Amino acid sequence: MIELVRVGRRWGDVVAVDDVSLRVAPGELVALVGGSGSGKTTTLKMVNRLIEPSDGVVRVAGRDVRSVPGPELRRGIGYCFQQIGLFPHLSVAENVAVVPALLGWRAERTQRRVAELLTWLELPLELADRAPSELSGGQQQRVGIARALAAEPEVLLMDEPFGALDPITRDTLQQRFQEIRQTLGITTLFVTHDMTEALRLADRIAVLDGGRLVQVDTPRGLLRAPASDVVEQLLATPRRQAAAVDALLVDDV
Amino acid sequence: MRELLVDLPVYTAAHLQLSLVALTLAALGSVPLGIWASRRPQLAPSVLGTAGALQTIPSLALLAFMVPVLAALGSWTSRVLGFEIAAIGRGPALLALSLYGTLPILQNTVAGLAGVDPAVREAATAMGMTERQRLRRVELPLALPVMVAGLRTAAVWVVGTATLATPVGAASLGHFIFSGLQTRNYAAVSVGCFAAALLAIALERTIRLLERGLATRRRGLVVGGVAALASLALLAHVPLATDRDDSGRGPVVIGAKSFTEQFILAELLAGWIDREGGGAPTKVLASLGSTVLFDALRTDEVDVYVDYTGTLWATILARSGPNPGREAMLAEIRRVLAAEYGIEVAAALGFENAYVLAMQRTRARELGITNVAELARKAPRLELGADYEFLARPEWRALAAHYGLSFRASRSMDPSLMYEALVRGQVDVISAFSSDGRLAALDLVALREERGVIPPYDAIVLVGPRLARERPEIVRALRRLDGAIDAPTMRVLNGLVDQSGRSPRTVALGWLDER
Repeated sequence: MIELVRVGRRWGDVVAVDDVSLRVAPGELVALVGGSGSGKTTTLKMVNRLIEPSDGVVRVAGRDVRSVPGPELRRGIGYCFQQIGLFPHLSVAENVAVVPALLGWRAERTQRRVAELLTWLELPLELADRAPSELSGGQQQRVGIARALAAEPEVLLMDEPFGALDPITRDTLQQRFQEIRQTLGITTLFVTHDMTEALRLADRIAVLDGGRLVQVDTPRGLLRAPASDVVEQLLATPRRQAAAVDALLVDDV
Repeated sequence: MRELLVDLPVYTAAHLQLSLVALTLAALGSVPLGIWASRRPQLAPSVLGTAGALQTIPSLALLAFMVPVLAALGSWTSRVLGFEIAAIGRGPALLALSLYGTLPILQNTVAGLAGVDPAVREAATAMGMTERQRLRRVELPLALPVMVAGLRTAAVWVVGTATLATPVGAASLGHFIFSGLQTRNYAAVSVGCFAAALLAIALERTIRLLERGLATRRRGLVVGGVAALASLALLAHVPLATDRDDSGRGPVVIGAKSFTEQFILAELLAGWIDREGGGAPTKVLASLGSTVLFDALRTDEVDVYVDYTGTLWATILARSGPNPGREAMLAEIRRVLAAEYGIEVAAALGFENAYVLAMQRTRARELGITNVAELARKAPRLELGADYEFLARPEWRALAAHYGLSFRASRSMDPSLMYEALVRGQVDVISAFSSDGRLAALDLVALREERGVIPPYDAIVLVGPRLARERPEIVRALRRLDGAIDAPTMRVLNGLVDQSGRSPRTVALGWLDER
């Protein structure tokens, strides 16, 4: 569904992404994981042409993205990011309805879709007319996800969507998102620096280091056979957390 | 006071209209410019810099400068495109005021757009908005409160500066301030200032309402603000009904420079045309700049005014050298104005208003000064007070050169303040006018000038080309004013305004009634 073929991006002498090839199958969630400056956000943004690649080809649903005008391409791809970027002058419902409005949906269809999405994301319907500033951080990101899904995209790009949330909110929202995604079968490319999150949500994990892809595997495969020290290091935190929880359970017995 | 309050609604409406139109023009110009500049980060500083530089030009100078600019433009359009542009009146005032109002709106447009959260901008692009959609649906709505705040600042500036539109011939509350300062009618000055301040506050409050409504997204406030602005705009148009007469001809426009004698003579000409010229409607345009007025007459924007032979000789005919004597000068002016401009000299009123150097009688006696030659010997120890024009005029240069006049210091000031400075001893000598009632009233002596360096300044009635062509009955009536006012009479009339506080119109009507 998403296909990157030998994609690279340079700014002058700085190489941000170098020779990355990756396929995301229909309905699959692939997490792009790596430290800061590893090129994961740049890779993500080349899919909907927020950033244009210097080399290689990006295809979405089999079409070279450069053959479609940027705005038209982006209306067909959901996008959701850590800063959320809700439009402060629009109500919650109007925020969710932004892409349907750009696509010229009829009012009833949009209205039905907005109500549906708010329900899926467990947002009370009376929030529909509120301003985003009246919502909590967790509620705002629920609206952000609803907005990304509004026009029924087949492909979703997410850039650390749960990064700014407190642990409990994050956990519930991850859970809810996973259910929705699996129900709808949306193909997702998901950027995170949090390996625990990647292990939990992803079908496959792609590890980036210095702009290069160092390993792509299932969570299980990655844990069993980390291909390098970098991958091992990224796995150290979830391993330690798991060990600490296990140790506590053992003491109890 | 009653006379003041009768005129107040008309001038307030004119002032409001001028300000609102200028603000609209400023917004129409600066919002697109601001949008354009904010998309080119490397250009924005120079655009803002240019607007800032315009702001540093003193507003009075900017207004006056628009007159020759429009005159040049007008002569080009009439040659090439076949229509004329009025170089005085609302044109230059609107142009200068809208330039003046540009900076705050431009600045706030750029600042407002730059203040949009980058995350919101990224979201807009990522949702699939084109650049234009992002601007219209996201960036402009978010920048709007800041832009309206800029409009508010501009409104206060423009309403204040619009008082300075009087000297370029646009009706505004400045009328009360300029004529009041000249005739020492401080009630008029206060009325003008107070009304302008109230207008500025009213406009500021209204726009603030709109701004608050936009910032807090309260539709009621926005609607209220817009409605209040609209009703102000409506108000501005009410009293300015057309001033054309039944035959579709405009009124005879009578101009006046910005001093007492000119105010009286303009009212007197208006009354005269009304009584003797078949009751044609008239309109007085007072407090115009001296050269603005001649240009206005030439282009038929003013139909009649009184000028002085010596002034025309030096500024319009640009003659220097020894003066040819009273009769020869008048004849030459009559010939040149008719031949080159189609302007008719209808009458010589019968008095002269020449520049003289004047001193307090006691002080002159003390120093043993009776004429300019004697003054020259003592001048290095004395201080000169002059009106704004005098020190830049050829008469002063000629006097200084012929008599070797050199003062310890010389200061330019407002003519009415100049007399006070002399009486209080802050200056020793002033540049005065020979027909000024204050010479006698304040017991001053005009120093004799025996070498004939200063040319004669006979007051003459000038008639513009169109009036001369189309309204012979009015021209005939004006010709009968030849020799009608002698110097003592003019001094009395001036004194009645300057000393006794009567209005120029009352004094002029009194003279007409006596005839």
